[in-house]
Parts: sequence; C-alpha cells; structure tokens
Amino acid sequence: MELLLEPLSYDFMVRAIVTTALAAVVCAVLSCWLVLIGWSLMGDAVSHAVLPGVVLAYIVGAPFALGALVFALVAVTLIGVVRNTSRVKEDAAIGIVFSSLFALGLVLISVTPSQTDLNHIIFGNLLGVSIPDLIQVLVLGVVAFAILILKRRDLTLYAFDPTHAHAIGLSPRRLGALLLGLLALTSVVALQTVGVVLVVAMLIIPGATAYLLTDRFSRMLVIAPTISALCSVAGIYISYYLDTASGAMVVLTQGVVFGAVYLFSPRQGLIGTRLAKARRRKAAALAV
Amino acid sequence: MSTPAILVDNVTVHYGEVLALDAASLTLDPARICGLVGMNGSGKSTLFKAIMGMIKPDAGTVRINGQSPGRARREGGIGYVPQSEDVDWQFPLSVRDVVMMGRYGHQGFTRRASKADRAAVDEALDRVELGEYAGRQIGQLSGGQKKRAFVARGIAQGATTMLLDEPFAGVDKRSEATITRLLRELASDGCTILISTHDLHALPQLCDEAVLLMHRVLMHGPPEQVLQPENLAMAFGLDVLNRDLPDQDVHARKERTA
Repeated sequence: MELLLEPLSYDFMVRAIVTTALAAVVCAVLSCWLVLIGWSLMGDAVSHAVLPGVVLAYIVGAPFALGALVFALVAVTLIGVVRNTSRVKEDAAIGIVFSSLFALGLVLISVTPSQTDLNHIIFGNLLGVSIPDLIQVLVLGVVAFAILILKRRDLTLYAFDPTHAHAIGLSPRRLGALLLGLLALTSVVALQTVGVVLVVAMLIIPGATAYLLTDRFSRMLVIAPTISALCSVAGIYISYYLDTASGAMVVLTQGVVFGAVYLFSPRQGLIGTRLAKARRRKAAALAV
Repeated sequence: MSTPAILVDNVTVHYGEVLALDAASLTLDPARICGLVGMNGSGKSTLFKAIMGMIKPDAGTVRINGQSPGRARREGGIGYVPQSEDVDWQFPLSVRDVVMMGRYGHQGFTRRASKADRAAVDEALDRVELGEYAGRQIGQLSGGQKKRAFVARGIAQGATTMLLDEPFAGVDKRSEATITRLLRELASDGCTILISTHDLHALPQLCDEAVLLMHRVLMHGPPEQVLQPENLAMAFGLDVLNRDLPDQDVHARKERTA
C-alpha cells in the first residue's frame, strides 16, 4: 500500500499518471481500427510526420493540434501522390515521406531557441507535464475519444467492408479521412507522454493485444483501453522505483503484456492453444 | 413500359490508358436474375462499380429503378455481396454484427440498433437459415454459409437490387443449391439480382438471363443461348471449348466436330 501511495504524494507524479492513462485510453481505442485495417505503418508515419507541424505551431504560438493536423494531412497527401504517380510501392512511399518530415522537424528544432521544451516532444516528458499541458491533453483526448465512440459502428464498417459502406450511401473516403484526422489528433495527445518516437507503440500494441484475446470488436474496444491504461500506470510506477525513463517504461510494459498474451491467450496464443488441446486430450482419455 | 431495374447505357470506363468498359449497355427488368459472364479482366467488377457509382464513367449513364446510383444508394436499395477474397475473414465480428451492417442506412448518427432493426436482422438470418450461427465469428462459417450471411445483410437492408460477385467460388454443390434456391425466392419477391460468375454450370438453374461481357456486352439473352459454345468462344477465346462447359455442350461440340 505504502508502495502504491508514495509516488502519489508528488503532484508531478499524479499529473503524469492522469495524462498517460488518458493518452493510453484514447490511443488504445484508435488502435483497434488501425490494426484491423492494416494501418499500423500509417500510424507510425502520421505520428512522426506531425513533428514539424508541432514545432512550427510552437514557433508561431498556435495550438500544437492545429500544426499536427496540417502536417498529418500533408504527410497523407504526399504518400498518396508518391504511391499513385510513380512506381514506388506504398510502404516505400510511407517510409520516405515520414522520415523526411520527421527530419524536417528535427532540423526545425535545432534552429529554434528554447530547445529543451521541444526535445521533450521527441522522447516525451512525462514527469514534466504542466497544468496547461494536462488541460490540452484532456480536451483533445476527450474530443477524440468521444468521436471514436460515437462513430465506432461506421468506422468498423469502413474497416470491414468499405464497398458496402459505399453501397448504402455512406462515404468511405470521408470515413477514412475522419480516421486519419483522429490519428493526427491522438498523436498530439500521446506526444506529451511518450514522445513522437514511441507514440506508434501506443497506437498499435493495445489493439493487437486485444485482437488476440477476443472475436468481438465491441469487446476489443473495452479490452484494449483497459490493458493500455493498466500498463501505463504500472509502467510509471516501475519507472519511479527503478529510476528509468518513464515513457519508455510504459511502452515496454505494453510490449511485455503483448508478449504474454501472444504466448498464453487461450484461443490464439502460441502456448495457450497447446495447453487447451492437451487438456481436451486428457479429458477425452479420462472419458474412455 | 415499366422502368428497368438496372439500366446501363453506353458506359465507358478507362483506368489510365486501359479500357475496362467500352460503351457497355445493359437493361434489366425488375425481379429478374441475370448472370454476368466473362473472363477475369473482362470488366465485370468495373461494371459492378459503375452500377454502384463507385467509379464515374467517362461516358454513358447508369440508372437504378430510374434513379441515379447516388440516390439509389441513399435509399438503401442496393445490396452488395463481396467476393470471398475481398473479405477479411479474421475480422472480429459475429454473423449477427455483419447482418446488422445492412441496417446502418436506416439508422441514426451513431447507428444504434432499434427493436425493428433487431427484428429485421433475426428475420433475415432465419430466411437464409443461419439463425443458429448468429453468434459465430464470420470466419468460422463454411464457404456457403459465409455467402448466405452476406445475402442476409442485403435482405436486412431491404435491398431491391442485389449485386453478387462470384458467389459460387469456394462453395460446395449442396450450398450452391441452397444459395440458388434462396436467390430464386428473393427474385420472386421482386428483388433484381445481378451475379458475376465464371461458374457456367450453375447458370441455367439460377438465371433468367445471361450477359456475355468482354469490355462490351457481346450478348444478352436466355442462359441456354448465351452458353452455346460458339458464343462463349467470343468472350473466352477458343480454349474454353475444352473446359469449363456443362457436359452436354461438350458432347454437342464433339458431335459437331466429328
């Protein structure tokens, strides 16, 4: 009990835990669609490509989210243009565009005074979350979360069968754009906590973990954020006591949990399915 | 004169330099089942996309029950059964979830299911005899059951025009017969059905009419006539005469060549 309560006596730890848990939940919900559509690489791309947008927003004093949205849009457009108008395949197009934009962001940071602030964007600065940061994350996170939940059925239809979506008069293009917009928004939310480099982990691992645990999308939407939130709180505690980098510890915890699920999930796991088979065989032998 | 259920008038579609449809024209009356026959790359999928309004033709017009495709889509009149390979069968959805997607066009902003929606889904599932499998993940159905699940989605939707892309690929004979019976029932209720297939065996039992497609509509008539070897040769090239044909046609050809 003492172990759990001690970190909470510091305000910065409380802020870190609240911010991370919130970002983890929003990212996890979004990740359910990303892993099913096969947009993990796109998540990686967009989360890196927003960096120059965030830096420019910082320079001109605009909201980070605005800069991020603009550059997410730029990245997606560029990827589409390179893919459609040259013989370069999509994965190469994604790699070229996001790494170039990310590099542009790094260059912009290096020429911008007050570097400390901006370097936090790259690796996250969980323990230095200020009250305004917290409010921004809270507002953006709640908006993204609300849209995702309200539009979850349309987004799932888009992920599963865009042709049917079109046939019943919905616009797959608009739904895809909505998802990309939310991806950009969510990236900004998670930047604060784990940083640009590791956002993609929060955008993929929870959904992939939940996917190994259930055959129902509605349950994925509960399992993914629950696991993600628990992992992020656990990660912060571990980093507090082991004195390690907090954002990285959060991601590492998520990775370890994925590994455990991958091995032991009763229906999909590598070892779990074998154990279940052995149990059935034993039961059958006993029945004879 | 009644309004045709599907009217495709001189539709031309290019993909870049490639010509996919060349002034294709097709008129289909309501409550008919029409088989669309052609090779891979003959423009079958493109014709479907043009009917659904997913691509804008370079020339020509499409009307569904006298309406533009956009209007017909918004009214929920167009049902679509995808090709098996276009579906992610690992997707974590139950059969009921998939059929419920047919109701989305009738629902509000968040697509919350009403009692009427649930009743329509149950009725559609019973109609295709999948009631007991409603809770299964879609990938855990047999080939024929998978097809029926998507037909049920069209039924729940209340579609008056149904487009089926290769419904008999990977489906065993018994399921094929079940699907054929089901589609005939739907047609007798007034649903217009267009089926793309290269399974020529199933055509005579299933279809009222057939269309031979090779970028343009080569022939449109009763299945027996369209399936004549000399007609098939126009769409498939000559090698079709040695395979893929219903047996009696092969015998007939042998007699003629003998």
